[in-house]
Amino acid sequence: MNNQSYPEYSGTHNRLDTLLYLETPEGIELPLRPAGLPVRVLAFVIDLLLRAALLALAGAAWLYLGKFGSGLASISAFILLWWYMVLFEVFNQGRTPGKQVLGLQVIHSDGTPVGWAGSLTRNLLRVVDLLPFAYCIGILSILSNANFQRLGDLAAGTLVVYQSRVSARQPMPEVDACASPLALTLAEQQALLSFAERHQQLSAQRSEELAAIIAPALQLPKAQAVTRLHSIARGIVGSV
Amino acid sequence: MKQARFEKLHQATWDAFAGKVQALHSGTAQPEHSTHFNQDYRRICQHLALAKQRGYSAPLLEELQQLALQGHQQFYRHKSPILAQLLIFIVIDFPSTVRQQWRCMALSAGLFFGSFALMATLIGLFPELIYSLLSPSQVANMENMYDPAQRQVGPLSLRNHQDDWVMFGFYIMNNIGIAFQTFASGLLFGLGSAFFLLFNGLNIGAVAGHLTRIGYSETFWPFVIGHGAFELTAIVIAGAAGLKLGAVLIAPGSMTRAAALRTAASVSIRLVGGAIIFLLLAAFIEAYWSSSNSIAVPLKIAVGGGLWLLIMLYLFASGRARYAAQ
Repeated sequence: MNNQSYPEYSGTHNRLDTLLYLETPEGIELPLRPAGLPVRVLAFVIDLLLRAALLALAGAAWLYLGKFGSGLASISAFILLWWYMVLFEVFNQGRTPGKQVLGLQVIHSDGTPVGWAGSLTRNLLRVVDLLPFAYCIGILSILSNANFQRLGDLAAGTLVVYQSRVSARQPMPEVDACASPLALTLAEQQALLSFAERHQQLSAQRSEELAAIIAPALQLPKAQAVTRLHSIARGIVGSV
Repeated sequence: MKQARFEKLHQATWDAFAGKVQALHSGTAQPEHSTHFNQDYRRICQHLALAKQRGYSAPLLEELQQLALQGHQQFYRHKSPILAQLLIFIVIDFPSTVRQQWRCMALSAGLFFGSFALMATLIGLFPELIYSLLSPSQVANMENMYDPAQRQVGPLSLRNHQDDWVMFGFYIMNNIGIAFQTFASGLLFGLGSAFFLLFNGLNIGAVAGHLTRIGYSETFWPFVIGHGAFELTAIVIAGAAGLKLGAVLIAPGSMTRAAALRTAASVSIRLVGGAIIFLLLAAFIEAYWSSSNSIAVPLKIAVGGGLWLLIMLYLFASGRARYAAQ
């Protein structure tokens, strides 16, 4: 594969984004997007509130059901404290309710779904991440690690990533196809395709502004630059 | 081939694969969703590679990458039958891991039982030493629990039998909590594990020494010897797992600290798994055997001693014939 033409999809070149490329046995690269600190804090807060609510329910059981209730409360406190994260992660595709709401997922760093050993390791070692108070160690670890792993993640070999979501495809602009006046490299073709596919998201002024940058190179008249670029993009996509 | 034609040719295949993956993902898969899954998955991978090579547009690449990633997550897993795995773990993996990590085990056992014996002996010599560890009310509470005049001994003494399962839950929660703490704090270069091992050893040793000194041996030792076999061993094992983490952080050898930690954690988590099983057994014995007062004291001592021997035998011998069996 000629990686030189697609810097944005190559695995080794310097990049500004946090995408992590996973090379599979099939010889393709799959992008994973590790989740950073703020979104993980939010997910944790949601889980914390949910657990507090459940614990309050168990406490109510303790008040109203006497001894039976106190047994119930102590067992549910134990489950909520030590097993809540593990059970959700193992049985719900690596997602606790908080993570699910925010579209996060725990996976092994080789891209496979997290299992018992991985989930137990990362959640037991949470005890250390929350030292000395308010997850200081965990936060420092996340901020100093390129893939936002806390100590528990490092030990378990797990990652918290965004679940990939595909946005709906935008239709290409309705213009006639035409050939490019110059031969274009693949990277240039992709840039033109992206420009055309985003035409609904860009304002007319912004489209003109962007088109004006490339118009001189392609010797396009400035007035019709946007339409001509759309036509060239259609030409690149081709007809069915 | 231009992109539009490529999409037109293959869109149906992609949609079909997306349907399969979705069904497998949501757990509503039928047998037909799994047939030819590998071929379909490889075809998606090939289409993705082609699309990238030919410079097709980013949204198309994203769509294919998404399909390939979902397929990858269904296709590759760390997974095997859970029951067989559990059996193999109990019979082979756990005891051989304990033997393999004998250095950590020895250190952990030394810290725990050493401090236990030291404190029990010291209490015999200097009785007032117990008040430096426990408050007078805690001591009074302990004495009350193991008073030979009681109908039933142990923490259950103030309850009746219907509450056994409540206490069962309590023991599990309390003890597994302690074991987890002892393990996880090993990440602080082993200091946390060492602290909890010493702390628990000193406390339990103090209580044992004190109760023996004031003549409650008849109630205390028969009560604790049975479940103690599992409970104390489990704490030592959890401590060893924590010390292992600390050890590789201090001396990672030829690996980076992160890689060494990952390797060590996969060993340690096996030890913790075994400790959890031990603690479940301990809680069961404590709630239903140790606290029963209808069983004669010599029998309790004999069974308790037998359990200690059994555990030693299990940890030293089980799973040694692994390769012979294969």
